[in-house]
Amino acid sequence: MKNIVELKDVSKLYDETVALGGIDLVIKKNEFVTLLGPSGCGKTTTLRLIGGFEQPTTGSIFFDDVDITNVPPHKRKVNTVFQRYALFSHLNVFENVAFGLRIKKLSENAIVEKVDKMLSLVNLSGFEKRDINSLSGGQQQRVAIARALVNEPEVLLLDEPLAALDLKLRREMQHELKNMQQQLGITFVFVTHDQEEALSMSDTVVVMQDGEIQQIGSPVDIYNEPINSFVADFIGESNIVDGIMLEDRLVDFAGSRFECVDSGFGKNELVDVVIRPEDLVLIPAEKAKLTGVVRSVNFLGVHYEMIIEAKDGARWLVHSTIMEPVGTEVGLGLEPMDIHIMKKVG
Amino acid sequence: MRRQSMMPYLAWMLLFIIVPLLLVVYYAFTIPSETGNVWSLENFTRFFEPIYLKVLWRSVYLAVLSTMICLLLGYPAAMIMVGNAFTRKSALMLLFVVPMWMNFLLRTYAWLTLLERNGFINVLLSALRLPRLNILYTNSAVILGMVYNFLPFMVLPIYSVLSKIDKDVIEAAGDLGANSLKVFMKVVFPLSLPGVVSGITMVFMPALTTFVISRLLGGGQFTLVGNLIEQQFLVVGDWGFGSAISVIMILLILLSMAIMSFFEGEESEVALW
Repeated sequence: MKNIVELKDVSKLYDETVALGGIDLVIKKNEFVTLLGPSGCGKTTTLRLIGGFEQPTTGSIFFDDVDITNVPPHKRKVNTVFQRYALFSHLNVFENVAFGLRIKKLSENAIVEKVDKMLSLVNLSGFEKRDINSLSGGQQQRVAIARALVNEPEVLLLDEPLAALDLKLRREMQHELKNMQQQLGITFVFVTHDQEEALSMSDTVVVMQDGEIQQIGSPVDIYNEPINSFVADFIGESNIVDGIMLEDRLVDFAGSRFECVDSGFGKNELVDVVIRPEDLVLIPAEKAKLTGVVRSVNFLGVHYEMIIEAKDGARWLVHSTIMEPVGTEVGLGLEPMDIHIMKKVG
Repeated sequence: MRRQSMMPYLAWMLLFIIVPLLLVVYYAFTIPSETGNVWSLENFTRFFEPIYLKVLWRSVYLAVLSTMICLLLGYPAAMIMVGNAFTRKSALMLLFVVPMWMNFLLRTYAWLTLLERNGFINVLLSALRLPRLNILYTNSAVILGMVYNFLPFMVLPIYSVLSKIDKDVIEAAGDLGANSLKVFMKVVFPLSLPGVVSGITMVFMPALTTFVISRLLGGGQFTLVGNLIEQQFLVVGDWGFGSAISVIMILLILLSMAIMSFFEGEESEVALW
């Protein structure tokens, strides 16, 4: 598919602090791209650079292969949904949504038609005359989305738009946003620090940390094949322990040797071994290389979350539908393909 | 508990606001006669003579003019203060606030010496071989004095409202295609209206009733409503007529406030400081 937004070696410095350290990023047409990372990782800065609210310190930004690095926001074919909605409190719902259309000097009939259509898309028909301050958080969010989408942008930027909503509403809005994106065929660039949100909505996830892109890939790739221990830890929960790569497909950690599926490391190279908690299976202690004592059990609805303390003091996080009581000695079984070997970072 | 804690406040209002106001109204509606004070509307009818109406007209005219000048100077000043970095912001703020720490009379007297025939400004002008400025004891000097004294009352409420406008909202307007001028016209200015309204109110009211500025900078011959009231009480001794004019002024001010609050919209709270 065609590239719509392209960042080439873009960096951003605020005074002396590096917010973004020279990133390259390509966003394809009609993609749902999520920028994911902890706060301060540069994800919002990236979004603001695409929106035109910030100028990059170095590098260029392209839109449809045209350099837009110095184009002001009001001349860009992108619209933004702001984190705290940023609605116009002096205007009612209708006028908020109509704002962009009035700037473009559309005819009154066209404005009414487009705004009505958009309000029904976000389930706010009948709210036209309502005062912005009388709306709930979820409703304000919908107005903000409608206000941006009514301009038919080629790219919609969303800066943690669901952060202020409660869990249930979040889930609903996640579905609705995804549906809208597919219905309208607009490219969405979505910023969040919530990995679950990123995995469930995106076509492509961009994991960021300290102003650098760590990994770009589909949600499945990012989850199953994290490129380093940061990504592994940030996307879902992980057990990360030190290991030594003895040879291709053989790793030593937790006092034993395990077969694995990774290769291409140096002989006896120190590595991070990453194991997802749901990949560890409780088995009888005498059959396992990895044993320990159950230290805590937490019921989380779908599964139990247990902490197993091994003899070397390592604490293994295990997700399982079966439970062993605290104090029991158990063994942990795992398949070679569930052992993820990663180069040490730093 | 709450009622009790309000008692001193209520007593204060009663003693220093309600009672004096009632006295003013009493004097306004009575005239002295041999048998003591009698009820009469004579004080009011007297005010509608052309000579007094002219004074009222001139007061309103000067107050409106200086309020408009304050708005034209104060709005950009407030915008500059909001737009600036923190350090320069507080320096600018200080520039507006420091003169207010000085006594109002002294400040106005200072202008008297500055504007004099051989005052600082004219010395400077003639040193630069420019024509002298003889505006002392004219309308211009009175307006200058009003603008100088009341400008902070315009700047501060506008500044306070402008500084509370969310930066996101301004960015959102730009995002939706508005250039700087449209952002100002369609978002910043409408959102700052409560500040403008309260600024106008705070400048117009003292400008309408001032008597010190007009007496010092306008010279003796310059009579505004404020001077008229002052004369009735302190020089002529006609408390009834003075009170009647005061009542008319109070009604005028209430009327103008009602008009302003209509423009302000119903729910936006008056944003002072």
